[in-house]
Amino acid sequence: MTPAATARAARAAAPAVPLVELVEVTKRFPGVVANDRVDLALRPGEVHVLLGENGAGKSTLIGILSGLQEPDEGEIRVDGRPQRITSPRHALALGIGTVFQHVMLVPTLTVAENLILGAPWWRRPDKAGLAAKVAAITDSFGLAVDLEAVTGELSLGEQQQVEIVRALLRDSRVLILDEATSMLTPKGIDELGALMRRLVARGLAVIFITHKLGEAFRFGDRISVLRLGRKVGEIPPERLNALDEAAATEEIVRLMFGAGAGDPDAEPHVARTLAPAAPLLSVRNLTVSGGAGIVGVEDVSFDIAPGEILGIAGIDGNGQKQLAEAIAGQRVASAGSVLVDGKPVDHFDVGARTRAGLRYLTDDRLSEGTVGTFPISLNLLLKRIGAAPYWSGGLERPGEIATHAEELVKRYDVRTPSIETPIGKLSGGNIQKVLLARELADGARVVVFNKPTYGLDVQNIRASRRRIRDIAGQGIAVLLISTELDELIELSDRIAVMARGRLAGIVGNDEGARLRVGELMIGAVS
Amino acid sequence: MSVETADTAPRGADGGRRGERSAALTRILLLSVAPILAALVIAGGILLALGVDPLAYYGFVLERGLFNGLGLQQTLTRMAPLLLLAASLIVAFRAGIWNLGIDGQFLLAAVAAGALAPALIGSLPGWLTLVLCFVAAAAVGALWSVVPALLRAYQGVNEIITTLMMTFLGVSFANVLVKLLFLDPGTTVPQTRTLPVADRLPRLLDTTVSSGLLIGLVAVIAVHLMMTKTAFGLKLRVVGANPRAAVHAGLPVAKLTVAVFAISAALAGLAGAVEILGVHGNVRADWNPAYGLAVVPLVFLARLNGFAAIAYVFAFSVLSIGGESAARRLGVPHFFTLVLMAIILILLAVVEYVDHKRRAAGKA
Repeated sequence: MTPAATARAARAAAPAVPLVELVEVTKRFPGVVANDRVDLALRPGEVHVLLGENGAGKSTLIGILSGLQEPDEGEIRVDGRPQRITSPRHALALGIGTVFQHVMLVPTLTVAENLILGAPWWRRPDKAGLAAKVAAITDSFGLAVDLEAVTGELSLGEQQQVEIVRALLRDSRVLILDEATSMLTPKGIDELGALMRRLVARGLAVIFITHKLGEAFRFGDRISVLRLGRKVGEIPPERLNALDEAAATEEIVRLMFGAGAGDPDAEPHVARTLAPAAPLLSVRNLTVSGGAGIVGVEDVSFDIAPGEILGIAGIDGNGQKQLAEAIAGQRVASAGSVLVDGKPVDHFDVGARTRAGLRYLTDDRLSEGTVGTFPISLNLLLKRIGAAPYWSGGLERPGEIATHAEELVKRYDVRTPSIETPIGKLSGGNIQKVLLARELADGARVVVFNKPTYGLDVQNIRASRRRIRDIAGQGIAVLLISTELDELIELSDRIAVMARGRLAGIVGNDEGARLRVGELMIGAVS
Repeated sequence: MSVETADTAPRGADGGRRGERSAALTRILLLSVAPILAALVIAGGILLALGVDPLAYYGFVLERGLFNGLGLQQTLTRMAPLLLLAASLIVAFRAGIWNLGIDGQFLLAAVAAGALAPALIGSLPGWLTLVLCFVAAAAVGALWSVVPALLRAYQGVNEIITTLMMTFLGVSFANVLVKLLFLDPGTTVPQTRTLPVADRLPRLLDTTVSSGLLIGLVAVIAVHLMMTKTAFGLKLRVVGANPRAAVHAGLPVAKLTVAVFAISAALAGLAGAVEILGVHGNVRADWNPAYGLAVVPLVFLARLNGFAAIAYVFAFSVLSIGGESAARRLGVPHFFTLVLMAIILILLAVVEYVDHKRRAAGKA
């Protein structure tokens, strides 16, 4: 039995009184009911998992609990008494701490300074007292926090621990973890899961928001599913306990997507045999210097055949982005060579490499991949500004640009009111479709994907993965960089593991691949 | 007040349905006209406090700046350098470059034109002299932006600081040049030699309006079209809106940055030449009209749109020509025009902020 299952069994008999309870809470925004009569009870000793697609109303619910928003109707009860939560400060005073998806720490301050922020301004910062309190917390919950470290130099997982410590310092009884695992590695996720178990073992209530069904099952005591603002189902501990993972997954997917959509999160890998062919992309002894505090790329070599998907596994920040940027031509390599179809492209700039069929889908969709305020039609041509037939003699031809955009929007099923809509107004999934449309258009031969499904909801994750499989089927060589092992196992023909800028090894994706990739990753970490 | 709105607003309006469009138009009118009326009232209050009848003042401004034939001609002539400066700023701001050094670029280019024109006019035909002076002025303006441009493009040094510093140096250096190098030995007033009226920029038809007005109009419209309709302009806008996306798309960001500085500063230089070759004929020591910083708010009010900038420059010229006359007649300081402009700007910003808040609250 998993630890969660054991705990569930122990408590199934005696349900505790909720610390915080939402009763029939409704929140409307113009044109949309974000939360429609939602009930939610947060009991001590329970990890309450909140599942739902993007736009299901999770963020609004978290906003209400953390004091960012007040409900239009319904009631919040704290310790059984009706209570308004008027501000984040007020939420903290009531013992509700929130760790948001994106780290909310000042990167240039030390950890200790970040933890002191928000204390009364007239009081002298009590560093010794802080250290004692932090030590008490880290000891009892098995956390590791270096108070003197500069926050910006910590990994995301470490920063998250600092945020959790901060919430615990304020005597939080309810801890909200908003998509806390989305930036973590498998190991980091397991550690966070273990930490959640320790927190609830001491009587805290934890709300854990995630997109991943597996995590929900492994770490959760109780699972609530939101869909289009309504709570469509709740699996209490005793039910969850009775289900095995497959059955629970099936039930949750049914709740989330209704009839018809019954596949689990990740589809099984289908092994393919590729006809032997000369490599389409070759990387030879590529070395990129990383700069201060950033891992570069060291002596990386691999080949990808036409139609092959090579996965790159590894913990975020081990040189994957630098590798992708060096291949795309955005970053200067200090040594080594990149070859497309046997021909070196090292002296090509980004534009020339794009024309040679080398494409790069960045993971930074809004801050690097697109110009948020520009219309979709121009973002689709961002890498080809000035090219015929969309520009003629340097002059824009709006008709051609619009036709191009209409066609791609239709072909890639981009949901948008118009091709003139600023792309920043679209959802992550639709922005990703625009990027796919842009990079795959006109003679793509080699495509580098960097975390292609990061931050997307389940349906868009599936659609993106299907698209990657499809383009490989067309004979395009794919380099798939991902921190999600499931994704790599599902899609890749071979998986390389990257650690500290080097390739720790490349394994074929067969029966034991997960184990061997995991071993390579762990071996690289220690 | 943002660059983004400038980029998206015209496109959104094109794509919008008729009903939305008229509603949007009403909103824009309300947002831009109401604050101006309010500013007139507030400035009127200040005038009352100064003991001046505001209605008389405004009437006089309009009469002298707009309705009186000679005043209107002066207004149109004043527009010429302002339009070129507006063009200069539109290029820079749309590309995300804060060239606040235009006054220095303007003044040094003015000195270059003022020194060159009388020297050449004896040996070359008039039109060639004017053309050479314009080229020299544009080159000098561009030259004065080289240091900030290179620092920004290759070292990432904030150009607001460097261009402002270069402007202080430029203004002083222009003075030094007038007083030490290009001093007209024929007069006791420290100034450059004077270009005879007959050799200056031709006047339009039978008026006193300098043909610099046409140069200014052409420049603003050309810049507007360049930024909105050409591939080059789009590249500049990508750099301005999201430099990381520009790198990702393979644009040569550093070179484009240098190009923006060069174009912007050259236009500022042309503004200086137009003012000297069309109006003054020489540069006096310590002359610094500081048009540049007056145009900055106008360009923002126009949301970096060239056509709107023409309207605002016209309105400002009326105010400043009328205001100069009114200053003499009613004893109101002539910089009261700037006070009025400042009040308008603050109110517009407040209204914009409130509107933004309201819309954000409606959307969230």
